Amino acid sequence: MGFNILSILVFLPILGLIITIALPKSAAGKAKIVALVFTILTVIIASYIWFAFDKTNGSMQFVEKYNWIQGVNIYYHLGIDGISLPIVFLTCVLSVLGVLVSWNIDNKPKAFFALLLLLQTGMLGVFVSLDFILFYIFWELVLLPMYFLIGIWGSSRRLYASIKFFIYTLFGSVLMLVGILIIFFKSGINSFDMLELTKNSIAPNTQNWIFLLMFMGFAIKVPMFPLHTWLPDAHTEAPTAGSVLLAGILLKMGAYGFIRISIPILPYASKSWAPAISILAVIGIIYGALACLVQKDVKRLIAFSSVSHMGFVMLGIASLNPTAITGSVLQMFNHGCITGMLFLIIGMIYDRTHTRQISELGGLANKMPFFAGMLAFASFASLGLPGLSGFWGEFLILFGTFKNHTTFYQVMVYIAVFGIVLGAAYLLWMLQRVIFGEYKGQVQEFRKVSAVDIITLIPLIIIIIFIGVYPSGMVNIIAGSVSKLIGM
Amino acid sequence: MEKFIWIIPVLPIFGFIITFFFGKKFPKAASVFTTVILGACVLLSMMSIFIVNSGGPFEITKNWYVTGKYSIAMGFAADGLTAMMLNVVSIVSFLVHLYSIGYMHNDSRFWMFFLYLQLFSASMFGLVLSNNYLQLYIFWELVGLCSYLLIGFWYEKKSAADAAKKAFLTTKIGDAGMLIGIFLLFFNTGSAVFKDVFNFAAGPEVSQGLITASAILLFCGAIGKSAQFPLHIWLPDAMEGPTPVSALIHAATMVAAGVYLVGRSFPLFSLSATAMQVVAVVGAFTAIFAATIAITQNDIKKVLAYSTISQLGYMMFALGMGAYVAGMFHLLTHAFFKALLFLGSGSVIHATGTQDIREMGGLFKKMKVTAITFIIGTLALAGFPLTAGFFSKDYILGFAYAQNKYIFFIIGIITAFFTAFYMFRVIFVVFFGNPKKDGIHAHESPKVMTIPLIILAVLSVVPGYFGAWFISERFSIDKFISFFGFEGQEPLHIIPMVIAVLVGLLGILIAFILYFGKPITNKKISKWIYPLYKLLHNKYYIDEIYGFIIIKPLMKLAEFINTFDRVVVDGFVNFIGKLTVIFSRAVDIFDIKAVDGVVNKVADVTYLSGKKLRLLQTGNTSSYLAIMFGAVAIFVIYLLIKVIFIR
Repeated sequence: MGFNILSILVFLPILGLIITIALPKSAAGKAKIVALVFTILTVIIASYIWFAFDKTNGSMQFVEKYNWIQGVNIYYHLGIDGISLPIVFLTCVLSVLGVLVSWNIDNKPKAFFALLLLLQTGMLGVFVSLDFILFYIFWELVLLPMYFLIGIWGSSRRLYASIKFFIYTLFGSVLMLVGILIIFFKSGINSFDMLELTKNSIAPNTQNWIFLLMFMGFAIKVPMFPLHTWLPDAHTEAPTAGSVLLAGILLKMGAYGFIRISIPILPYASKSWAPAISILAVIGIIYGALACLVQKDVKRLIAFSSVSHMGFVMLGIASLNPTAITGSVLQMFNHGCITGMLFLIIGMIYDRTHTRQISELGGLANKMPFFAGMLAFASFASLGLPGLSGFWGEFLILFGTFKNHTTFYQVMVYIAVFGIVLGAAYLLWMLQRVIFGEYKGQVQEFRKVSAVDIITLIPLIIIIIFIGVYPSGMVNIIAGSVSKLIGM
Repeated sequence: MEKFIWIIPVLPIFGFIITFFFGKKFPKAASVFTTVILGACVLLSMMSIFIVNSGGPFEITKNWYVTGKYSIAMGFAADGLTAMMLNVVSIVSFLVHLYSIGYMHNDSRFWMFFLYLQLFSASMFGLVLSNNYLQLYIFWELVGLCSYLLIGFWYEKKSAADAAKKAFLTTKIGDAGMLIGIFLLFFNTGSAVFKDVFNFAAGPEVSQGLITASAILLFCGAIGKSAQFPLHIWLPDAMEGPTPVSALIHAATMVAAGVYLVGRSFPLFSLSATAMQVVAVVGAFTAIFAATIAITQNDIKKVLAYSTISQLGYMMFALGMGAYVAGMFHLLTHAFFKALLFLGSGSVIHATGTQDIREMGGLFKKMKVTAITFIIGTLALAGFPLTAGFFSKDYILGFAYAQNKYIFFIIGIITAFFTAFYMFRVIFVVFFGNPKKDGIHAHESPKVMTIPLIILAVLSVVPGYFGAWFISERFSIDKFISFFGFEGQEPLHIIPMVIAVLVGLLGILIAFILYFGKPITNKKISKWIYPLYKLLHNKYYIDEIYGFIIIKPLMKLAEFINTFDRVVVDGFVNFIGKLTVIFSRAVDIFDIKAVDGVVNKVADVTYLSGKKLRLLQTGNTSSYLAIMFGAVAIFVIYLLIKVIFIR
C-alpha cells in the first residue's frame, strides 16, 4: 500500500467536520449534505478495505506504525483484523444512516452534523488503534460528541441523561487509564503497544488487579449488570441518530476492549475472573429481559433489551472458547444492525405520532403498514429468528459456551436459553401492543413514508437477511482472527 | 434428479419473492401462480417416492463451518419417511391454496395470505428434507413464524393477535428445551447430522443418561409443536386464524412436525426405555384428555382443534410404545381427513357466517358436497371400517394389544369412543335437524372450494390401504418408511379391531340418541353432571392455572426488577452523584474558610514581593491554557498530516 488507508478512513470525518464548520451561516442547511458525502466516502473506503482484506489471514492488516512520542515508546499504530473489520464497516454504515435519519434536524444543524462526524472518527479510532495511548484518546474522544448530542438535541430529561452518561463512563475510563499505566510499568516491556504487550510478564496476582480496573472501564461501556443504569436514560433521551450509534457502536467498544485487551494481555486474570463475568452476564440477560416486560416507553424497552443482548455477548467472551467469542463478535455486529434498525424505526414512528408510550400507540399495522412491517421484521431479527442474522450470533455463543465442558458453563447456557424465551415474550408483546389492535394516539394525519426513510432502512435489511442466510463468510473472517488472538 | 431435490423448497421461495414484489398489484394472478407452484411441488414429491423406491435413500451435505472437531453441516436428505411427508405437505398445501382462492376472495390482504402460505410451504419442505438437527431447528422456527403470521392474519381482532403471540411463545418454551437437546447431541457427537448422531448413540461407550436426557429434551420441542399436554393450550386459540390455515398448519402439517421429529429420531428414542415411556405417557394422556374437552365445545373449529390434539397424542403414544410405522401411518391418514374436516367446516362457516354449532342445523340439504365429504372425513376420524382412519387406528390398537400394553390399549379404545361421539355430535347438530337463524340462506360453496373437499375425501380412504394387513409388500408403507429393515406386515388382530369398531359405533349411536334432531342446550344436562360439564367446557381451567402460577408471578417479578433497578441500582448511582456534590460543597467551604485563608495570608506577603516581578507576567491563567492547548493541537495535526501524506 502506498498510502495509509486506515488513517484516511479515521480522519476523513474530521475533514468533513472542518468543512461543515466552515460553512457560512446562510448555508447551514448544507451541513447534512457535507456529512452525508463524507460518511458515504467512509463506507466506500471501508468496503474497499473489506474486499482488499486477506480473509485467509487472521493477523493485523493495513498496519501503520510510526513513532509518536519516542521517550515512552508511544506509537501511532493502527491495524485491522477480522475482529475489528465487521465493526469498522458497521460504524461507517450506521454513520450514514445516522445522518439520513437526522435529515430534518433544524436546530443548529451545523453543530449537529459536525459532532456526528467527530463521533465517527472517535469510534473508528477505537477499533483500529493498536497503541494504548492512542486507543485511550479515541475512547475519550467518543464521549464528548455523544454528550453534546444527548444534551442539546435530546428529549425532555436530556440534561440529566447526558451528564449521567458522561460522568459514569468517564469514571470507568479513568480507572481503565490507571490500568493501562500499571500494565505499562509492570509489563517489563516498557511499551504501550497492544500487540507487543501480549508477551508481557505480569504476575498473576497483579493481573487480577489490573483486570478489575480495566473491567470497570469496559463493563460500564457494555454495559453489564449492575453498571447499566446510564444506558436506559441515555438511550431514551438521545436523538435517534444518537441512540442508533450508542446501541450500534458505543456499547461494542466495551466488549471489544475485553476481546482485544483483557483476554490477550491479561490471560491469567481473564481465566480467574471468567466465572464471575459469566454470572453477571447471565444475570444481565434475564434481568434485562424481565425489565423489558414492564417498560412503558418503546425506546426504554429497546434499551433494556440491549442489556439482555449484550449479556449474551459477554457470556460468549467470558466462556473463553473460540467458537463462543466468534459468536460474540458476530453478535456485536448483528446487535448493532438490529438494534440500530429498531431505533431508526422507532424514531421514524415518533416523528409521526409524537409519542413513544406503548399505551398511546397501537394499530400501526393499519395506520402505517410500512413501519409496522419493518418493526416486526427487526423484532423477529432481535429475538433470534433463524434465517435472520440474530440467530447465528446467539447460536454460536451458546454452542461455544456449552462446549466448555464444565457443568458451570452448561448451567449458564440453560439459563441463557430461558432468556431467549423471555426475549420472544417481550418483543412479541411489544409488537402486539404497538402494531396490532387499535390506534390510540392523538395525531391522526401522518406524513407519508419518504424515500429517505426507505433508503435508511434498506441497507440494514439486506445485511440482516444476508448474514441470516449466509453467515459462513463473516464467521470465517472473525474466527480466523479469534483463534489467532487467543492462540488456539 | 436426486441432486435436484432442493428444488422442492426453492420453488415456493421463488413464489414468495415474486408475490412479495408483485402480489399487491396483481392479487388474483398471485393466488393462481402460487397454487400452480404448489402443484409442481406435488408432482416433484410424487417423483421422490419413485426415486426413493428404486434408488434408496440419498443425501446431499455441505460443510459450512468447522471448528475443531465440530462441523456444522447443511444438507438435504430423502428417505421413505421424507418422501411420505413431502407428499402430505405438498398435497394438503396445494389443496389449501386452491381452496383459499375461493375462501379468502373478499379479504383486503388476499395477496398477503398467499405470500405467507408460500413461506410456510417452503419452510415445511425444508424441515422434512433436513438431514441434521440444526437445520431442522431453523426450519422448525420458521414454520413457527409462519404460524404466528397466519394465526394473527386478522390482527385487528385482539383475540387473533393474542392467539398468535400465545402460539409463538408456548411453542418457544418447548423449543428452548429442544435447542439444549440439540446442543447435547451435537456436543457429544461432534455433528448434528442424523446419521452421525444415531451411529454415535448406538455406540457402546455412550451413557444411557445422555441418550435419555437428549431424547426427552428433543421431545420438549415436539410437545410444544404438536400441542401435547402441558403445552397444548395454544392450539385451540390458534383457531383465530383463517380456516384454511387451520387445515394446513394446525391440523395436517406443522403440528405433525413434532410427531415427525420423534419419528425421525426414532433410532435415538428407541435406545432409551425411559424416553419412550415418557413419549407414550404424554401422548396417551393428551389423547384422552383432549378428547374429553372436545365433547363439550360448541365452536366447530374448537371441537376439531381438540380432536387434533387428541389424535396427535394418539400418534405420540403409538411411537412411545415402539410402533413407529403405526404412528407415522396415522400421521399420514390423519393429515388428509383432518384437513378435509377443517376445510369442510370452513365451507360451513363461509355459508352460515358463524362458528357456533348451536346456530347451525339442517345444512345437509343446502350443501350436499360439503356435508357428504364432511361425513366421510368424520367416519375416517372415527375409525369406521374401510376408511383410512380405520386402518391406521387399528394398526396402533392392534400393536398395543399384541404387545400386551393393555393400559394404552384401553386408553386408545376410550379415546376412540369419545372421538366417534363428539364428531357425530357435530354432524347431527350441524347437518341435520332444523335450520337455525343463520343457516336459512346457506348455500353450497363455489367449485374452487368443493373440489379440494372431494379430493381430500378420496384421500381420506385410499392411503389407508397402504398400511392394511393384506397389502402386498410392494406397496406396503411398512417397507417404505421403515428404518430397521422390513420384517413383514403387521398381522391382523381380530379382537382389538372388533372392539374398536364396536365402541366407534356405540359412540355414533349415543350421539344419535342425544343430538339427532334435538337442540343442544345446557338444560338438557342434568344437575349431577353439570360440574363435570363445566370443568370440561372450561378446558380443565388450564389457561387460568397457568395465568395464576406462571404469568402473574412472572409479571410481578418483572415489576419488582424494574422498581429495584430504578430505586436500588440506579438509586445507588444517583446517591453517589449526590454525595459527590455534597462533598465538593463541603470542600468548597473548607477551601474558602481554611485553605484560602492561609493562602490569602501567604498571598498578601507574595503580593508585595510580586509587585516587583509583575512586568514578567502579562496575561491571566486562561490565556496561558489557551496557548498551551493550541500548541498541542497544532502539533498533533502536524503529526497527523506528516503521518498521512509524507512518508
